[in-house]
Amino acid sequence: MAGILVVVEHRKGELRPVSRELIGLATSLKASSGEPVQVALIAADPARHAQALQLAGVDEIVTVQSAGDAFDPEVYEASVRALIAARQPSLVLLPHSVDTLGYAAPLVVRDGHGFTTDVFKVERDGDGWVATRSGYGQKVNVEMEFPGHATVVLTVRPGSFKPVEAAGTPAISSLPAPQVTPRSQHLAFEEPAGGDDVDIPGADFILSIGRGVGEEDNVEQFKELSDSVGATLGCSRPIADSGWLPKSRQVGQSGKTAANCKLYVAMGISGSVQHMAGMKHVDTIVAVNTDPEASIFTIAKYGIVGDIFDIGKELQNHF
Amino acid sequence: MKILVTIKQVASLDEDFEMRGDNRDIDPDFLVHDLNEWDNFTLEEAMRLKEGPGGDNIEVVVATVGPDSADEELRKCLAKGADRAIRVWDDALEEADPIAVARVLAALARRESADLVFAGVQASDHAFGATGMAMAGLLDAPHAAVVAALEYTPGEGTATVRRELEGGTYAVVKINTPAVLTLQLGINTPRYASLRGIKQAAARPIEVVGPVDIGLAAGDTGAAGSLSRVRRMYVPEKGRAQMIEGTPAEQASQLAKIIKEFRGEA
Repeated sequence: MAGILVVVEHRKGELRPVSRELIGLATSLKASSGEPVQVALIAADPARHAQALQLAGVDEIVTVQSAGDAFDPEVYEASVRALIAARQPSLVLLPHSVDTLGYAAPLVVRDGHGFTTDVFKVERDGDGWVATRSGYGQKVNVEMEFPGHATVVLTVRPGSFKPVEAAGTPAISSLPAPQVTPRSQHLAFEEPAGGDDVDIPGADFILSIGRGVGEEDNVEQFKELSDSVGATLGCSRPIADSGWLPKSRQVGQSGKTAANCKLYVAMGISGSVQHMAGMKHVDTIVAVNTDPEASIFTIAKYGIVGDIFDIGKELQNHF
Repeated sequence: MKILVTIKQVASLDEDFEMRGDNRDIDPDFLVHDLNEWDNFTLEEAMRLKEGPGGDNIEVVVATVGPDSADEELRKCLAKGADRAIRVWDDALEEADPIAVARVLAALARRESADLVFAGVQASDHAFGATGMAMAGLLDAPHAAVVAALEYTPGEGTATVRRELEGGTYAVVKINTPAVLTLQLGINTPRYASLRGIKQAAARPIEVVGPVDIGLAAGDTGAAGSLSRVRRMYVPEKGRAQMIEGTPAEQASQLAKIIKEFRGEA
């Protein structure tokens, strides 16, 4: 067993950015293990993405031509099974994404590969692989090992590794698509109905509220506060799920990314992985939380341990 | 028809905690338990179907893999209207990873001949996001992950699900049933248990079985049925924000200064 197989992800005709991050991880592991890097692409029109995958450090691009482009868990499971059988990799890297959640576990449980998810560090240890993930709500790190498994499948946390940008000259080959009996059918993509015309990705100053607001009636005072300080009001998932603010204001993995934000004030947000994925890159993050151990303080530049209502009221007096 | 809802008693860390002697987990004395946040939504979705059109004959069975203490979480579900509760446990399951837990739950789903299986997308403690879909693989059942809306008429051969993708996009998928679905937060608004429900649930039976009783081979339980092993657990060195101390007025004044500097006013 030798080789590091990366399965890239695409949606609506675009390669998802995490794909190049996985290749970044794979090429750095190639340096420590000497194992070649194979990049697999499962798509209806592989030629469309193959060019973008000709990256430095990649030894081979293997394409599997699927009937359609929309994700189908059975197609991905069967295709990755065929890829593993053909290339016999010691390590398979998949993005820790919504699509992968749908097929990685069924694949490994049937084929008996070593497996863990949402890893942000991968190391070579002798002949084996060791992967690190978070536990207990990100309070601890956990090193996972995979004794007795010739092939280890890992899903990798997006945003954890530097994407490869430099071009390379990998060999290109293809595998025949395996036969799959469909059991589900992609009907359509949907964008949520825009609740209001707020532009989270475009905003340079965001004041975001989370569970700490407690109840719906309290949202209004933070709307007023964000207006007076000149910020765009954002929120974390529980606020949008409760319908207290429209989904278009949700910052995070399943919401919007604060792409152009320079100042982010997080009030009453403890900081889940999913929320932080949408804002941890912001230059200046100020977090206000009653819990001094809240995860958000590990990525914030400034922290205030305190009650968001007290701080909010006092802050209002300055504007 | 029958809906199996698989739940988990999750653990979070006390303010102060210590590692277990082997440094592979936390000393259990320092763990605080609760029902996984996602499981409030999976149970509610099952109850929604049961109480909706054509749902009269739906039996909602809630199941978990865990020690005695997990009964508390099953009772929370009984209090909200689940018909039956099952707990599977054996000391051999102590070292089970999510895959080994899925083997137990899949065996149970098979015994129960469940028409639909609902699991949370992930659990709030370790967030593997693997158990539900691993169960689908073992059952060789149609499956969809991260479902944020479900349309299903009891007895029909297909369901329509809305999968929540990254960046606020959804995929609408038609799926054959019986099926295994992992459900996302926000798919519904979970109810609170009534006082009467809580009282009644306290007296309801919980079926407790061992993995072998439901047909699992000894070689498939716990560490033997796992695809990973914890080598070491540790508290990472973390970045730490520069803390703004003082009274709320003083803290807010510093924050105001940061905002005004950003706005070019200071």
